[in-house]
Amino acid sequence: MAESKPITKNVDWMVVLIYIACLIIGWLNIYAAVYNPEAHTSMFDLSNNAGKQLMWIGTAALLIICILVIDYKFYETFSFVIYAVVIFLLVVVLFAGSNINGSRSWIKLGSFSLQPAEFSKLAISLAISKYLSDPAISLNRRLKDYYPIMGVIALPAFLILLSNETGSMLVFASFAIVLYREGMPGVIPAIGIIGAALLIITLLFVKWYIAGAIIVIAGLVIWLMPVMTRRRGGLWATIIVACVMIGIVFGVDFFMNNVLQKHQRGRIMVLLDPDSDPRGIGWNVIQSKIAIGSGGMTGKGFLQGTQTKFDFVPEQSTDFIFCTVGEEHGFLGTAIVVFLFVALISRLVVLAERQRSRFARVYGYCVAGIIFFHFLVNVGMTIGLMPVIGIPLPFFSYGGSSLWSFSVLLFIFLKIDAQRPFTLSRG
Amino acid sequence: MLESRRFVIIGFFALVGIIYLLRLFYLQVLDESYSIESSSNSIKRVTEIPFRGQIYDRYGKLIVYNTPVYDLLVTPSKVRMDDTLRFCQVVGIERRDFDSLMNAASTYSRMKPSLFLRQLSKEDFASIQDIMVDYSGFEFAKSSLRTYTAPTLANTLGYVSEITKGQLEKQEEPYYRQGDYIGQSGVERIYEDELRGKRGTKFVMQNVAGVYKGPWKNGELDTMAVAGENLYSGLDLEVQQYADSLMVNKVGSVVAIEPKTGQIISMVSAPTYDPNILASRYFSKNFAALVRNPYKPLFNRPVMASYRPGSTFKLIQALIGLQEGVITPGSGFTHANCPVGCHNHPATSTVALGVTHSCNPYFYNVFRRLIYKNNIKNTFKASAVGLDAWHDDIAKFGIGQRLGIDLPSEYKGNLPNKKYYDRFYGEYRWKFSNIYSLSIGEGELLITPLKMANVAAIIANRGYFYTPHVIHAVGDKKTVKPEFLERHETGVEPHNFEPVIEGMIGAVEAGTARRSRVEGITIAGKTGTSQNKRGDDHSIFIAFAPVDDPKIAIAVFVENAGAGGSAAAPIANLIVEKYLSRKVTNKALEERMMKLDLMSKVVLPTTKKPDEAETKKKTEEVKKPTGDPNDPSNRLPGTPHPANPAAMRGPVTLPKQTPKAL
Repeated sequence: MAESKPITKNVDWMVVLIYIACLIIGWLNIYAAVYNPEAHTSMFDLSNNAGKQLMWIGTAALLIICILVIDYKFYETFSFVIYAVVIFLLVVVLFAGSNINGSRSWIKLGSFSLQPAEFSKLAISLAISKYLSDPAISLNRRLKDYYPIMGVIALPAFLILLSNETGSMLVFASFAIVLYREGMPGVIPAIGIIGAALLIITLLFVKWYIAGAIIVIAGLVIWLMPVMTRRRGGLWATIIVACVMIGIVFGVDFFMNNVLQKHQRGRIMVLLDPDSDPRGIGWNVIQSKIAIGSGGMTGKGFLQGTQTKFDFVPEQSTDFIFCTVGEEHGFLGTAIVVFLFVALISRLVVLAERQRSRFARVYGYCVAGIIFFHFLVNVGMTIGLMPVIGIPLPFFSYGGSSLWSFSVLLFIFLKIDAQRPFTLSRG
Repeated sequence: MLESRRFVIIGFFALVGIIYLLRLFYLQVLDESYSIESSSNSIKRVTEIPFRGQIYDRYGKLIVYNTPVYDLLVTPSKVRMDDTLRFCQVVGIERRDFDSLMNAASTYSRMKPSLFLRQLSKEDFASIQDIMVDYSGFEFAKSSLRTYTAPTLANTLGYVSEITKGQLEKQEEPYYRQGDYIGQSGVERIYEDELRGKRGTKFVMQNVAGVYKGPWKNGELDTMAVAGENLYSGLDLEVQQYADSLMVNKVGSVVAIEPKTGQIISMVSAPTYDPNILASRYFSKNFAALVRNPYKPLFNRPVMASYRPGSTFKLIQALIGLQEGVITPGSGFTHANCPVGCHNHPATSTVALGVTHSCNPYFYNVFRRLIYKNNIKNTFKASAVGLDAWHDDIAKFGIGQRLGIDLPSEYKGNLPNKKYYDRFYGEYRWKFSNIYSLSIGEGELLITPLKMANVAAIIANRGYFYTPHVIHAVGDKKTVKPEFLERHETGVEPHNFEPVIEGMIGAVEAGTARRSRVEGITIAGKTGTSQNKRGDDHSIFIAFAPVDDPKIAIAVFVENAGAGGSAAAPIANLIVEKYLSRKVTNKALEERMMKLDLMSKVVLPTTKKPDEAETKKKTEEVKKPTGDPNDPSNRLPGTPHPANPAAMRGPVTLPKQTPKAL
């Protein structure tokens, strides 16, 4: 510790620059989204979302300074404590939370609201990292090593479900990425992806055709596998997999009608055919696609968007902020944003891989996975490739809780990464 | 081995990034349809309806103007209503109407405003606005309504109403859209293009709820609305209302023309109605009542009703006779050998006396001379040639043709020629003895009150006329239509008018109209008694005054009032006096005329039994082409037998109906 150098020298400036770029672009777009040509307010006016966001950015900067000042060992040491505090907040919000848009998940402090669910991502990430930092844990051998992880995720997930904030809960699926990296068999995410694909295909095509196709493919696999891999014994496995898949195909109806709530079912149906309900659930998707599509190559220009500014796109400064980018800055703007995100998460993976401690690596993957998942779902829903799930676009969407939680999430990792030259490998 | 999984993970991230980029490229660059949808989504064309032009009388008094009214609009999604009953009470609708209106609005759009109640007056607006603080979701839009200074001139001015479906489809240029207002009759219809002004178009941006969000491109593409042009008429509002009051409880017409210009001074179509009732939100109800009215108040009698001219026609006969040289001012005729009867009167040894006493045999002889003037031996051929020559002379007085007044549906009238009689009798199978009733203005002759007023103007001018017109100047530049400046000659030389005018003065001073002479004003006039099959004769009088410098020419028609001297002459002379000296001396006559109620004498067209009417028509056609000229049902769709014929008398004032929505 004696030879600790100034943090500015070791912090990964590439990530910091991307972070700052995202904040600036996001803030300008929030201003454009709430811009009203009649009642013109300054972008620094605290009465509009842009002004408030600037305040959130300022407070986030203070938080970041705190994080960088605190000793890096604090996060590993107190990870379970932080987890416990967040769980406590999640319980509190169930009883003391105020109801905003049908979900009882906000703690109101004066005129500002805080959403503890946003911080559950940080808590789970730290807890999983801490747990996996034990070198004895092996995810590719023992099933019982998964139980604590499941527990760590399930507890906040349950609490969030109770407060009716499904979107935040779905983000926990992003931990599959880190688990995969740490040794979870590849078939598990593969099954997840195939399952989701089957769900969509089933809703699009006649079930009997799909069942027939699965049987044909299974037959080909059974016939070809011994020839290709010179391995035997895949027969029963293939038959079982095929049967399970057919089961899923016929179980989708049950899943859709009995497990999902009505609005969730609607969001999936709209994904397949937005025109099925153009004034209802399809509205968001259609209007968001019109907004983005009308941007063209270079966009309508800053503050010139007509779709987002006039509220055709709902929640345009929060969940649908990407529409403003698309309408006012065109394909150039959206491509830059996509590039920024892919660059950020790839850089995070690279940084995670160079960590000497397993805790740091796992945590790095958690951060990358969470940001990726948000990007995947948020951008995907605005361009009609994902169902409408209300989760924010990191660093872009308006909202203090989300900005704080992502900043904290990211900069804890940057702090740990900055200390890398001085830590010894343990795993 | 696990380290290599990072490539899978980064590869997955990159794959998602590429998929999203491709999708964005497709949406934003390749697929054009979204940019079109975006503009139709948020940019809206708003049409600005300009104020309609106003109409002034000859002294610059306003006759027609616009008053602001308020349409109440509702946005269903924003409606908050605690006390619906109170709302209904103040607005003046039933709960039932409220529900159905609300339903209709919701069906159209929950987010956009739609029309709830239209054309609320300023007073209604004020009382409703007071309570509006308690109700949200309602807003007012300003529009305007035609308003009339005085309850008169309904048919002359016409009315404005929403464009009909037929009119929408028939328009040559697609100017009007559904819900637009258009002049439907009278001056409002003829001068529609001038009155309507120029619509303005604004492109505005609107948000998802259809709420205004400022001009698009700072209004570069917008066009301003231009108010309609004002019209300047020669009407005298005071005289018009005086004439109205004289025509109360009578069916008929008054047309007064300024001879020197052709400007219409007054035009009464009785019975009439208050034009304001068709410029209110109760239009449909009031209009339906007017249509059902058996006296047809919407029928513009001065230009549409057809009558036989009766004795007033003798003036033209005398003029043509003098011009053609078949008589001289000193020509005299007796009652001898004449198939037309006459009344007892002093000898008619001059043209003037013939006119003064309206001697039937006198004009029988004049007409006979006119027809046989050509000296052709064969009387059939002579009649044919003579009639056509006569026809051409008479036609110059505007008889049998449209004068071209600036009012719609002007009736052409009927002036028979050779071809006309050939259709019934065959060529050269008729002669003078078949057509002599034309000589005294009976037979197949059909005129309108306007035409006879114009004849009076011709005589006043000693030989020429200007096309009668209501509006003489349009807009701030006072543009005058060239056709109203064109002097039409009759071909009768001025000196030939003097004996006729002398006779007309005699008629008022000592002849058929002597009972209605006016002290101090020399009026030249001629009575007429128009025969008709349905009831008593129609009373007709045409006149002009003062004789030396004519300022007014007038024709008065009173249906079923008997001889010309009984009703038409007094009314005409009262109006002339009112116009020339702004006061009336003979108060007793005035009161008698105002109180005169002829409605009970008016015979309404009844629906005949179809077979009876059919056979009757056929026999008439074979025998002689009479056809009842005074039966408006000959030219108009038949009307049902009135249940209560006395229901409507004089100016129709409909009781204010209980307010009914839309």
